[in-house]
Amino acid sequence: MIRTAWLILRKDLTVEVRSLEIAYTTLFFAVSCVLFFAFALVKEGKAPEDGAAGILWIAIAFAGTLALGRTFERERQSETLRALLMAPAARPAIYVGKLLGIVALLVAAEMVLVPLVAFLFQAPLLSHPLWLAAVLISGTIGFAAVGTLFSAMLVRARSRDVLLPVLLYPITVPVIIAGVRATAELLEPDVELALVRFWVALLVALDVVFVTLALWTFEPLMTD
Amino acid sequence: MPKWFMPLAAINALMFAASPFLIANADYEATMGLVQKIFYYHLPSAWIFLISAIVCGIASARYLFRGSPRHDRLAYAAAELTVLFGAIVLVTGPLWARKAWGVWWQWDVRLTASLMGWMVAWAYLLVRRYGGPGSDKLAAGLALFGMANVPFVYVSVNYWRTIHPPTTVVPTLPVDMGAALWFAVACFLLLFVLLLRLRVHLEEQRARLDSLYLSLDE
Repeated sequence: MIRTAWLILRKDLTVEVRSLEIAYTTLFFAVSCVLFFAFALVKEGKAPEDGAAGILWIAIAFAGTLALGRTFERERQSETLRALLMAPAARPAIYVGKLLGIVALLVAAEMVLVPLVAFLFQAPLLSHPLWLAAVLISGTIGFAAVGTLFSAMLVRARSRDVLLPVLLYPITVPVIIAGVRATAELLEPDVELALVRFWVALLVALDVVFVTLALWTFEPLMTD
Repeated sequence: MPKWFMPLAAINALMFAASPFLIANADYEATMGLVQKIFYYHLPSAWIFLISAIVCGIASARYLFRGSPRHDRLAYAAAELTVLFGAIVLVTGPLWARKAWGVWWQWDVRLTASLMGWMVAWAYLLVRRYGGPGSDKLAAGLALFGMANVPFVYVSVNYWRTIHPPTTVVPTLPVDMGAALWFAVACFLLLFVLLLRLRVHLEEQRARLDSLYLSLDE
Protein backbone atom coordinates (compact mmCIF):
# COMPACT_ATOMS: atom_id res chain seq x y z
CA MET A 1 0.00 0.00 0.00
CA ILE A 2 2.75 2.44 0.95
CA ARG A 3 4.75 1.20 -2.04
CA THR A 4 1.84 1.82 -4.42
CA ALA A 5 1.32 5.30 -3.00
CA TRP A 6 5.03 6.00 -3.44
CA LEU A 7 4.94 4.75 -7.04
CA ILE A 8 1.99 6.99 -7.88
CA LEU A 9 3.69 9.94 -6.21
CA ARG A 10 6.88 9.26 -8.18
CA LYS A 11 4.93 8.92 -11.43
CA ASP A 12 3.15 12.23 -10.84
CA LEU A 13 6.35 14.00 -9.91
CA THR A 14 8.13 12.63 -12.98
CA VAL A 15 5.35 13.81 -15.27
CA GLU A 16 5.34 17.16 -13.50
CA VAL A 17 9.11 17.67 -13.59
CA ARG A 18 9.13 17.09 -17.36
CA SER A 19 6.74 19.92 -18.13
CA LEU A 20 6.53 21.82 -14.82
CA GLU A 21 3.16 22.96 -16.12
CA ILE A 22 1.22 22.86 -12.86
CA ALA A 23 4.11 24.15 -10.79
CA TYR A 24 4.66 27.22 -12.97
CA THR A 25 1.00 28.11 -13.52
CA THR A 26 0.11 27.62 -9.86
CA LEU A 27 3.04 29.63 -8.65
CA PHE A 28 2.42 32.41 -11.14
CA PHE A 29 -1.21 32.59 -10.10
CA ALA A 30 -0.37 32.63 -6.38
CA VAL A 31 2.27 35.32 -6.82
CA SER A 32 -0.06 37.56 -8.83
CA CYS A 33 -2.70 37.03 -6.18
CA VAL A 34 -0.32 38.27 -3.47
CA LEU A 35 0.75 41.19 -5.65
CA PHE A 36 -2.86 42.29 -6.13
CA PHE A 37 -3.37 42.33 -2.39
CA ALA A 38 -0.15 44.25 -1.93
CA PHE A 39 -1.29 46.89 -4.48
CA ALA A 40 -4.67 47.15 -2.84
CA LEU A 41 -3.78 47.07 0.84
CA VAL A 42 -0.25 48.35 1.41
CA LYS A 43 -0.40 52.15 1.61
CA GLU A 44 2.75 54.25 2.01
CA GLY A 45 4.73 51.22 3.02
CA LYS A 46 2.32 50.30 5.79
CA ALA A 47 0.54 46.96 5.67
CA PRO A 48 -2.77 46.41 7.48
CA GLU A 49 -2.54 44.52 10.77
CA ASP A 50 -2.96 40.75 10.48
CA GLY A 51 -3.26 41.18 6.72
CA ALA A 52 -0.25 39.05 5.90
CA ALA A 53 -1.65 35.89 7.52
CA GLY A 54 -4.95 36.14 5.68
CA ILE A 55 -3.36 36.90 2.34
CA LEU A 56 -0.87 34.07 2.61
CA TRP A 57 -3.71 31.62 3.19
CA ILE A 58 -5.93 33.08 0.48
CA ALA A 59 -3.06 32.67 -1.98
CA ILE A 60 -2.50 29.07 -0.84
CA ALA A 61 -6.21 28.24 -1.11
CA PHE A 62 -6.60 29.78 -4.58
CA ALA A 63 -3.41 28.27 -5.93
CA GLY A 64 -4.34 24.94 -4.34
CA THR A 65 -7.70 24.96 -6.12
CA LEU A 66 -5.95 25.56 -9.42
CA ALA A 67 -3.43 22.77 -8.84
CA LEU A 68 -6.12 20.34 -7.69
CA GLY A 69 -8.15 20.98 -10.80
CA ARG A 70 -5.19 20.28 -13.03
CA THR A 71 -3.80 17.06 -11.51
CA PHE A 72 -6.83 14.95 -12.32
CA GLU A 73 -7.56 16.86 -15.52
CA ARG A 74 -4.21 15.62 -16.77
CA GLU A 75 -5.21 12.01 -16.06
CA ARG A 76 -8.45 12.56 -17.89
CA GLN A 77 -6.93 14.21 -20.95
CA SER A 78 -4.40 11.47 -21.55
CA GLU A 79 -7.09 8.92 -20.64
CA THR A 80 -4.92 7.27 -18.04
CA LEU A 81 -7.44 7.52 -15.22
CA ARG A 82 -9.14 4.31 -16.29
CA ALA A 83 -5.77 2.59 -16.46
CA LEU A 84 -4.91 3.89 -13.02
CA LEU A 85 -8.20 2.63 -11.60
CA MET A 86 -7.88 -0.73 -13.35
CA ALA A 87 -4.37 -1.30 -12.06
CA PRO A 88 -4.19 -3.91 -9.30
CA ALA A 89 -3.66 -1.23 -6.67
CA ALA A 90 -5.77 -0.46 -3.63
CA ARG A 91 -7.91 2.65 -4.16
CA PRO A 92 -6.76 4.24 -0.88
CA ALA A 93 -3.16 3.92 -2.09
CA ILE A 94 -4.03 5.85 -5.25
CA TYR A 95 -5.63 8.52 -3.12
CA VAL A 96 -2.62 8.77 -0.79
CA GLY A 97 -0.22 9.01 -3.73
CA LYS A 98 -2.21 11.80 -5.32
CA LEU A 99 -2.57 13.60 -1.99
CA LEU A 100 1.18 13.51 -1.36
CA GLY A 101 1.79 14.90 -4.84
CA ILE A 102 -0.51 17.87 -4.22
CA VAL A 103 0.98 18.50 -0.77
CA ALA A 104 4.51 18.44 -2.21
CA LEU A 105 3.51 20.91 -4.91
CA LEU A 106 1.79 23.27 -2.50
CA VAL A 107 4.66 23.14 0.00
CA ALA A 108 6.99 24.09 -2.84
CA ALA A 109 4.71 27.02 -3.70
CA GLU A 110 4.60 28.07 -0.05
CA MET A 111 8.39 28.26 0.03
CA VAL A 112 8.13 31.06 -2.51
CA LEU A 113 4.98 32.64 -1.11
CA VAL A 114 6.15 32.98 2.50
CA PRO A 115 9.24 35.13 1.75
CA LEU A 116 7.22 37.13 -0.79
CA VAL A 117 4.44 37.92 1.70
CA ALA A 118 7.01 38.63 4.41
CA PHE A 119 8.74 41.03 2.05
CA LEU A 120 5.67 42.84 0.70
CA PHE A 121 3.81 43.13 4.00
CA GLN A 122 6.81 43.59 6.31
CA ALA A 123 5.63 40.60 8.31
CA PRO A 124 8.10 38.76 10.58
CA LEU A 125 6.97 35.43 9.13
CA LEU A 126 10.34 33.78 9.55
CA SER A 127 10.86 34.53 13.23
CA HIS A 128 9.51 31.09 14.23
CA PRO A 129 10.31 28.98 11.17
CA LEU A 130 9.57 25.60 12.74
CA TRP A 131 6.15 26.62 14.06
CA LEU A 132 5.31 28.25 10.76
CA ALA A 133 6.30 25.07 8.93
CA ALA A 134 4.09 23.02 11.28
CA VAL A 135 1.13 25.34 10.69
CA LEU A 136 1.60 25.44 6.92
CA ILE A 137 2.13 21.70 6.48
CA SER A 138 -0.76 20.62 8.70
CA GLY A 139 -3.02 23.20 7.06
CA THR A 140 -1.98 22.18 3.57
CA ILE A 141 -2.63 18.50 4.31
CA GLY A 142 -6.12 19.29 5.57
CA PHE A 143 -6.92 21.44 2.54
CA ALA A 144 -5.45 18.98 0.04
CA ALA A 145 -7.08 15.93 1.70
CA VAL A 146 -10.55 17.23 0.93
CA GLY A 147 -9.45 18.74 -2.37
CA THR A 148 -7.90 15.55 -3.73
CA LEU A 149 -11.03 13.57 -2.93
CA PHE A 150 -13.38 16.03 -4.59
CA SER A 151 -11.27 16.75 -7.63
CA ALA A 152 -10.96 13.00 -8.22
CA MET A 153 -14.72 12.66 -7.98
CA LEU A 154 -15.36 15.69 -10.17
CA VAL A 155 -13.33 14.28 -13.07
CA ARG A 156 -16.52 12.89 -14.55
CA ALA A 157 -18.83 15.78 -13.65
CA ARG A 158 -20.01 18.29 -16.19
CA SER A 159 -19.05 21.68 -14.73
CA ARG A 160 -16.08 20.52 -12.71
CA ASP A 161 -14.17 23.81 -12.70
CA VAL A 162 -17.06 25.63 -11.08
CA LEU A 163 -18.00 22.87 -8.70
CA LEU A 164 -14.59 22.26 -7.16
CA PRO A 165 -14.53 25.53 -5.18
CA VAL A 166 -18.22 25.12 -4.36
CA LEU A 167 -17.49 21.77 -2.73
CA LEU A 168 -14.09 22.56 -1.33
CA TYR A 169 -14.41 25.93 0.38
CA PRO A 170 -17.31 25.30 2.78
CA ILE A 171 -15.63 22.16 4.08
CA THR A 172 -12.16 23.61 4.41
CA VAL A 173 -13.34 26.75 6.21
CA PRO A 174 -12.16 25.41 9.61
CA VAL A 175 -8.72 24.59 8.16
CA ILE A 176 -8.35 28.08 6.72
CA ILE A 177 -9.57 29.71 9.94
CA ALA A 178 -7.18 27.70 12.10
CA GLY A 179 -4.32 28.35 9.66
CA VAL A 180 -4.95 32.08 9.53
CA ARG A 181 -5.33 32.42 13.30
CA ALA A 182 -2.14 30.44 13.97
CA THR A 183 -0.17 32.41 11.39
CA ALA A 184 -1.51 35.71 12.69
CA GLU A 185 -0.46 34.69 16.19
CA LEU A 186 3.06 33.94 14.94
CA LEU A 187 3.22 37.48 13.56
CA GLU A 188 2.49 39.10 16.93
CA PRO A 189 5.44 40.90 18.57
CA ASP A 190 5.27 38.59 21.61
CA VAL A 191 4.06 35.23 20.39
CA GLU A 192 1.87 33.18 22.70
CA LEU A 193 3.08 29.70 21.80
CA ALA A 194 0.30 27.97 23.76
CA LEU A 195 -2.22 29.51 21.38
CA VAL A 196 -0.22 28.46 18.33
CA ARG A 197 0.05 24.95 19.76
CA PHE A 198 -3.73 24.87 20.20
CA TRP A 199 -4.38 25.84 16.58
CA VAL A 200 -1.82 23.35 15.29
CA ALA A 201 -3.45 20.63 17.40
CA LEU A 202 -6.82 21.58 15.90
CA LEU A 203 -5.31 21.43 12.40
CA VAL A 204 -3.86 17.98 13.06
CA ALA A 205 -7.23 16.81 14.40
CA LEU A 206 -8.94 18.13 11.25
CA ASP A 207 -6.31 16.38 9.11
CA VAL A 208 -7.06 13.08 10.82
CA VAL A 209 -10.83 13.51 10.36
CA PHE A 210 -10.55 14.57 6.72
CA VAL A 211 -8.04 11.92 5.67
CA THR A 212 -10.04 9.18 7.42
CA LEU A 213 -13.29 10.28 5.79
CA ALA A 214 -11.61 10.58 2.40
CA LEU A 215 -9.96 7.14 2.58
CA TRP A 216 -13.28 5.68 3.61
CA THR A 217 -15.28 7.27 0.78
CA PHE A 218 -12.69 7.25 -2.03
CA GLU A 219 -13.34 3.64 -2.97
CA PRO A 220 -17.14 3.77 -3.45
CA LEU A 221 -16.90 7.20 -5.06
CA MET A 222 -14.38 6.13 -7.68
CA THR A 223 -16.34 3.04 -8.65
CA ASP A 224 -18.95 3.43 -11.36
CA MET B 1 -49.09 9.72 0.33
CA PRO B 2 -49.76 7.65 3.46
CA LYS B 3 -53.10 8.03 5.24
CA TRP B 4 -51.59 9.60 8.33
CA PHE B 5 -50.16 12.56 6.44
CA MET B 6 -53.13 14.93 6.21
CA PRO B 7 -54.40 14.49 9.81
CA LEU B 8 -50.90 14.98 11.16
CA ALA B 9 -50.39 18.04 8.98
CA ALA B 10 -53.61 19.51 10.38
CA ILE B 11 -52.46 18.74 13.93
CA ASN B 12 -49.10 20.33 13.22
CA ALA B 13 -50.79 23.49 11.90
CA LEU B 14 -52.88 23.67 15.08
CA MET B 15 -49.77 23.15 17.21
CA PHE B 16 -47.99 26.00 15.45
CA ALA B 17 -51.04 28.19 15.93
CA ALA B 18 -51.07 27.36 19.65
CA SER B 19 -47.34 27.75 20.26
CA PRO B 20 -47.31 31.60 20.40
CA PHE B 21 -49.76 31.47 23.35
CA LEU B 22 -47.55 29.09 25.31
CA ILE B 23 -44.49 31.17 24.50
CA ALA B 24 -46.27 34.39 25.49
CA ASN B 25 -47.36 32.85 28.78
CA ALA B 26 -43.87 31.64 29.70
CA ASP B 27 -41.96 33.80 32.19
CA TYR B 28 -39.89 36.70 30.97
CA GLU B 29 -36.18 36.09 31.15
CA ALA B 30 -34.73 38.47 33.76
CA THR B 31 -32.10 40.30 31.71
CA MET B 32 -33.27 40.03 28.12
CA GLY B 33 -37.05 40.26 28.49
CA LEU B 34 -39.08 39.99 25.33
CA VAL B 35 -36.13 39.34 22.99
CA GLN B 36 -35.42 36.03 24.68
CA LYS B 37 -38.72 34.64 23.33
CA ILE B 38 -37.15 34.10 19.91
CA PHE B 39 -35.19 31.30 21.56
CA TYR B 40 -38.33 29.10 21.54
CA TYR B 41 -38.10 28.92 17.75
CA HIS B 42 -34.35 29.32 17.40
CA LEU B 43 -33.33 26.29 19.46
CA PRO B 44 -35.84 23.79 17.98
CA SER B 45 -34.95 24.82 14.44
CA ALA B 46 -31.25 24.54 15.32
CA TRP B 47 -31.80 21.00 16.58
CA ILE B 48 -33.77 20.09 13.47
CA PHE B 49 -31.01 21.66 11.37
CA LEU B 50 -28.48 19.33 12.98
CA ILE B 51 -30.78 16.29 12.91
CA SER B 52 -31.48 16.95 9.26
CA ALA B 53 -27.75 17.10 8.47
CA ILE B 54 -27.30 13.76 10.29
CA VAL B 55 -30.20 12.16 8.40
CA CYS B 56 -28.67 13.42 5.17
CA GLY B 57 -25.24 12.05 6.12
CA ILE B 58 -26.46 8.60 7.19
CA ALA B 59 -28.70 8.25 4.15
CA SER B 60 -25.80 9.32 1.93
CA ALA B 61 -23.45 6.79 3.53
CA ARG B 62 -25.98 4.03 2.95
CA TYR B 63 -26.46 5.16 -0.63
CA LEU B 64 -22.72 5.28 -1.18
CA PHE B 65 -22.00 1.82 0.21
CA ARG B 66 -25.22 -0.02 -0.65
CA GLY B 67 -26.36 1.95 -3.68
CA SER B 68 -30.10 1.94 -3.02
CA PRO B 69 -31.82 4.93 -4.68
CA ARG B 70 -34.30 5.08 -1.80
CA HIS B 71 -31.60 6.41 0.51
CA ASP B 72 -30.44 8.82 -2.13
CA ARG B 73 -33.90 10.36 -2.30
CA LEU B 74 -34.01 10.60 1.50
CA ALA B 75 -30.61 12.32 1.53
CA TYR B 76 -31.72 14.82 -1.11
CA ALA B 77 -34.86 15.67 0.84
CA ALA B 78 -32.91 16.01 4.09
CA ALA B 79 -30.34 18.30 2.46
CA GLU B 80 -33.09 20.67 1.34
CA LEU B 81 -34.54 20.71 4.83
CA THR B 82 -31.07 21.36 6.27
CA VAL B 83 -30.94 24.49 4.14
CA LEU B 84 -34.46 25.50 5.19
CA PHE B 85 -34.03 25.03 8.94
CA GLY B 86 -30.50 26.41 8.78
CA ALA B 87 -31.96 29.57 7.28
CA ILE B 88 -34.38 29.87 10.21
CA VAL B 89 -31.49 29.41 12.67
CA LEU B 90 -29.29 31.93 10.91
CA VAL B 91 -32.06 34.53 10.77
CA THR B 92 -33.41 34.14 14.31
CA GLY B 93 -29.90 33.93 15.83
CA PRO B 94 -28.67 37.36 14.69
CA LEU B 95 -32.03 38.95 15.60
CA TRP B 96 -31.44 37.81 19.14
CA ALA B 97 -27.70 38.51 19.10
CA ARG B 98 -28.28 42.15 18.09
CA LYS B 99 -30.03 42.70 21.42
CA ALA B 100 -28.07 40.29 23.60
CA TRP B 101 -24.52 40.87 22.34
CA GLY B 102 -24.96 44.20 20.56
CA VAL B 103 -23.80 42.78 17.22
CA TRP B 104 -25.54 40.80 14.50
CA TRP B 105 -22.74 38.34 14.02
CA GLN B 106 -19.66 37.09 15.86
CA TRP B 107 -17.01 34.80 14.44
CA ASP B 108 -17.57 32.50 17.33
CA VAL B 109 -16.87 28.76 16.94
CA ARG B 110 -20.47 27.63 17.04
CA LEU B 111 -21.70 30.32 14.68
CA THR B 112 -18.90 29.65 12.22
CA ALA B 113 -19.45 25.89 12.32
CA SER B 114 -23.20 26.33 11.83
CA LEU B 115 -22.67 28.63 8.88
CA MET B 116 -20.24 26.09 7.44
CA GLY B 117 -22.79 23.28 7.85
CA TRP B 118 -25.37 25.42 6.11
CA MET B 119 -22.96 26.14 3.24
CA VAL B 120 -22.18 22.43 2.88
CA ALA B 121 -25.92 21.77 2.50
CA TRP B 122 -26.11 24.50 -0.15
CA ALA B 123 -23.11 23.00 -1.94
CA TYR B 124 -24.87 19.63 -1.83
CA LEU B 125 -27.90 21.08 -3.60
CA LEU B 126 -25.76 22.98 -6.14
CA VAL B 127 -23.86 19.81 -7.02
CA ARG B 128 -27.07 17.82 -7.37
CA ARG B 129 -28.62 20.41 -9.62
CA TYR B 130 -25.67 21.38 -11.82
CA GLY B 131 -23.23 18.47 -11.54
CA GLY B 132 -24.75 16.39 -14.32
CA PRO B 133 -24.67 12.59 -14.34
CA GLY B 134 -22.87 10.94 -11.44
CA SER B 135 -23.21 13.97 -9.22
CA ASP B 136 -25.46 12.10 -6.77
CA LYS B 137 -22.50 10.10 -5.47
CA LEU B 138 -20.38 13.22 -5.32
CA ALA B 139 -23.03 14.97 -3.27
CA ALA B 140 -23.26 11.93 -1.01
CA GLY B 141 -19.55 12.23 -0.25
CA LEU B 142 -20.09 15.88 0.57
CA ALA B 143 -22.93 15.04 2.94
CA LEU B 144 -20.59 12.85 4.98
CA PHE B 145 -18.36 15.84 5.62
CA GLY B 146 -21.44 17.86 6.51
CA MET B 147 -22.39 15.22 9.05
CA ALA B 148 -18.89 15.21 10.56
CA ASN B 149 -19.45 18.90 11.32
CA VAL B 150 -22.57 18.28 13.43
CA PRO B 151 -21.00 17.04 16.69
CA PHE B 152 -18.56 19.90 16.34
CA VAL B 153 -21.40 22.44 16.32
CA TYR B 154 -23.06 20.74 19.26
CA VAL B 155 -20.09 20.43 21.63
CA SER B 156 -18.29 23.61 20.51
CA VAL B 157 -20.00 25.80 23.10
CA ASN B 158 -19.03 23.50 25.95
CA TYR B 159 -15.33 23.19 25.08
CA TRP B 160 -14.52 26.62 23.73
CA ARG B 161 -15.23 29.67 25.79
CA THR B 162 -17.62 31.33 23.37
CA ILE B 163 -20.40 33.84 23.85
CA HIS B 164 -23.12 31.53 22.60
CA PRO B 165 -25.10 30.04 25.54
CA PRO B 166 -24.02 26.44 26.26
CA THR B 167 -26.14 23.29 25.89
CA THR B 168 -26.43 22.98 29.67
CA VAL B 169 -29.01 25.82 29.72
CA VAL B 170 -31.86 23.58 28.60
CA PRO B 171 -32.27 21.28 31.65
CA THR B 172 -32.05 24.24 34.03
CA LEU B 173 -35.05 26.07 32.55
CA PRO B 174 -37.99 26.81 34.88
CA VAL B 175 -41.08 24.68 34.31
CA ASP B 176 -43.19 26.99 32.15
CA MET B 177 -40.27 28.02 29.95
CA GLY B 178 -39.35 24.36 29.58
CA ALA B 179 -42.92 23.47 28.64
CA ALA B 180 -43.05 26.15 25.95
CA LEU B 181 -39.66 25.04 24.64
CA TRP B 182 -40.47 21.34 24.46
CA PHE B 183 -43.80 22.12 22.83
CA ALA B 184 -41.97 24.15 20.18
CA VAL B 185 -39.49 21.28 19.74
CA ALA B 186 -42.41 18.89 19.17
CA CYS B 187 -43.91 21.33 16.64
CA PHE B 188 -40.69 21.59 14.67
CA LEU B 189 -39.93 17.88 14.87
CA LEU B 190 -43.35 16.99 13.49
CA LEU B 191 -42.99 19.64 10.79
CA PHE B 192 -39.62 18.15 9.85
CA VAL B 193 -41.03 14.62 9.59
CA LEU B 194 -43.96 15.83 7.50
CA LEU B 195 -41.85 17.91 5.14
CA LEU B 196 -39.32 15.10 4.79
CA ARG B 197 -42.07 12.64 3.92
CA LEU B 198 -43.58 15.07 1.44
CA ARG B 199 -40.25 15.77 -0.22
CA VAL B 200 -39.31 12.07 -0.43
CA HIS B 201 -42.75 11.42 -1.93
CA LEU B 202 -42.08 14.06 -4.58
CA GLU B 203 -38.74 12.45 -5.45
CA GLU B 204 -40.40 9.02 -5.64
CA GLN B 205 -42.96 10.37 -8.09
CA ARG B 206 -40.19 11.94 -10.11
CA ALA B 207 -38.24 8.67 -10.23
CA ARG B 208 -41.40 6.83 -11.29
CA LEU B 209 -42.03 9.36 -14.02
CA ASP B 210 -38.45 8.94 -15.24
CA SER B 211 -38.75 5.18 -15.39
CA LEU B 212 -42.06 5.53 -17.25
CA TYR B 213 -40.41 7.76 -19.83
CA LEU B 214 -37.59 5.24 -20.17
CA SER B 215 -39.98 2.36 -20.70
CA LEU B 216 -41.85 4.43 -23.28
CA ASP B 217 -38.64 4.93 -25.25
CA GLU B 218 -37.86 1.25 -25.39
